[in-house]
Amino acid sequence: MVTAAAATNLLSVRGLSVRYGEHVALQGVDLDVREHEIFGIIGPANAGKTSFLRALNRMDEFVPGMHVDGTVTFAGRDLRTIRNLYALRRRIGVVFPLPVGLPLSIYDNVALSPRLAGVRGRAELDEIVERCLRRAALWDEVKDRLDGLGSLLSGGQQQRLTIARALSQQPLLLLLDEFSIAVDPVTTMRVEEVLKDLRRELTIVLVTNLVQQARRLADRTAFFLGGRCVEVAGTEALFSGGARDQRTTDYLEGRFG
Amino acid sequence: MSGPPSPFAATAVERRQLSVQQLVRLLLACVTTLLLVPVLGILAVLVVEGGPGLTWSFLTEKPQRLGAAGGIWPALVGTVWLTATALLVALPLGVAAAIYLSEYARDNRLTRAINLAIVNLAGVPSIVHALFGVGAFVHFLRFGESILAAGCTLAVMTMPVVIVATRESLQAVPKAFRDACWSLGATRWQTIRHIVLPNSISGILTGVILVVSRAVGETAPIMFTGAVFLRLVPPESVFDRTMALSFHLYTVSTQVTDVPRHVPFSVALTLILVVLTMNSLSIWFRMRLRARKKW
Repeated sequence: MVTAAAATNLLSVRGLSVRYGEHVALQGVDLDVREHEIFGIIGPANAGKTSFLRALNRMDEFVPGMHVDGTVTFAGRDLRTIRNLYALRRRIGVVFPLPVGLPLSIYDNVALSPRLAGVRGRAELDEIVERCLRRAALWDEVKDRLDGLGSLLSGGQQQRLTIARALSQQPLLLLLDEFSIAVDPVTTMRVEEVLKDLRRELTIVLVTNLVQQARRLADRTAFFLGGRCVEVAGTEALFSGGARDQRTTDYLEGRFG
Repeated sequence: MSGPPSPFAATAVERRQLSVQQLVRLLLACVTTLLLVPVLGILAVLVVEGGPGLTWSFLTEKPQRLGAAGGIWPALVGTVWLTATALLVALPLGVAAAIYLSEYARDNRLTRAINLAIVNLAGVPSIVHALFGVGAFVHFLRFGESILAAGCTLAVMTMPVVIVATRESLQAVPKAFRDACWSLGATRWQTIRHIVLPNSISGILTGVILVVSRAVGETAPIMFTGAVFLRLVPPESVFDRTMALSFHLYTVSTQVTDVPRHVPFSVALTLILVVLTMNSLSIWFRMRLRARKKW
């Protein structure tokens, strides 16, 4: 475990607010995500968790009416100064709540992002596809049918395919948005093992509605409520009664949400 | 049998609802079947009246005595030229507009105005399109009376259906695919090119079918823009004027004297067969594409 003082921040968020038209989804969020940690975000519905993730990879460009205020510094760069948002998004992998197997072959699903970025060599693509599928714990199940449609895999397999696809762009940061709501418990456990391994290579922000999942995986956990970040603390401290805010304690103990 | 009543026995209310439900179902089935009557009726009349006259020589020979005798070869070829021109103009423009409206345009006043214009364009009578074609293509763009002018007029007329059909099918591609693709660092165009368009081909083919059916059949828009009463040789370029089946049907039905009774029916049957052939081609193509379930 890296000590807090030595760790550098991959992500610094200051005064982050997100609104959709008039509706404010998130306001005044300040937090830091350190390199090579799993940063958990928990909170009930409408807490602003998904909006937080969207702001990180600048999806406001694609969501009509979405406005982001505040500063997000990612790998030393203020996001607002980055002109090439496509390169930014390639550095950030995203896994959505519902598995999205694109209507392409399994191989093409994983090779899509490298191809879009200009990788053409078959050998190089083969290597990327195999490496990413292995790291997402899917290779053994699909290696004999890479030509099959990714969108026809089972839900759990599609979710691992989504993770493989997110890894194919060699991201610095992996965002997972309630990845387990549509997959079976066994797949969830396998993905959790994968995430623990991935921590060595990259940084993970894990939004989850399963409090115990945050406890199992996250090094530190933030509690979001009603569009605000109530508190951020080391996961162990938080779960062993160290929460400073009464609302956090109530949520962790299942008294609401 | 004795014993307690079955828990599944229908109550009086349920029995009445069941008979109502069966009545409604029967009624709806009848109405739907009735729709077949005009279709089959038209086909039957055409086949019975026009079928015997529809010979190989009728299709491949020049007309004689203003169409009262001989064949329809120049008109048949002319119709294919006109339809192909209309398709070549309407399809790329219509698909491009649909992509813009579905994938790029924000919901603002301009977009709403464009959508309104498209709906209205679809409602403009074809004779008005003809007058527009004369002004815009024949005179202003100096195409003269030609296949090009007539094809462009047909294209303007059919563009709304291409746009609407394509836009519907683009919007049927799940939003989640776009989100996933964008999050991989794809641009909007890369997303459209690799994910959205390949999955909306069937809608685009629907557009093709609609263009072909209308372009083959319309008379008014081509009457002043490029179709002629009689021209014994098939066209050789888009700057030629041409005969067309629809216009020929109009003339042999109303303008020429001493036409044998079967001739208009044979022309009409040919017209229908051209539409059906072209439509079956795209339907077959569409079914082949759909055979692979994508999601």
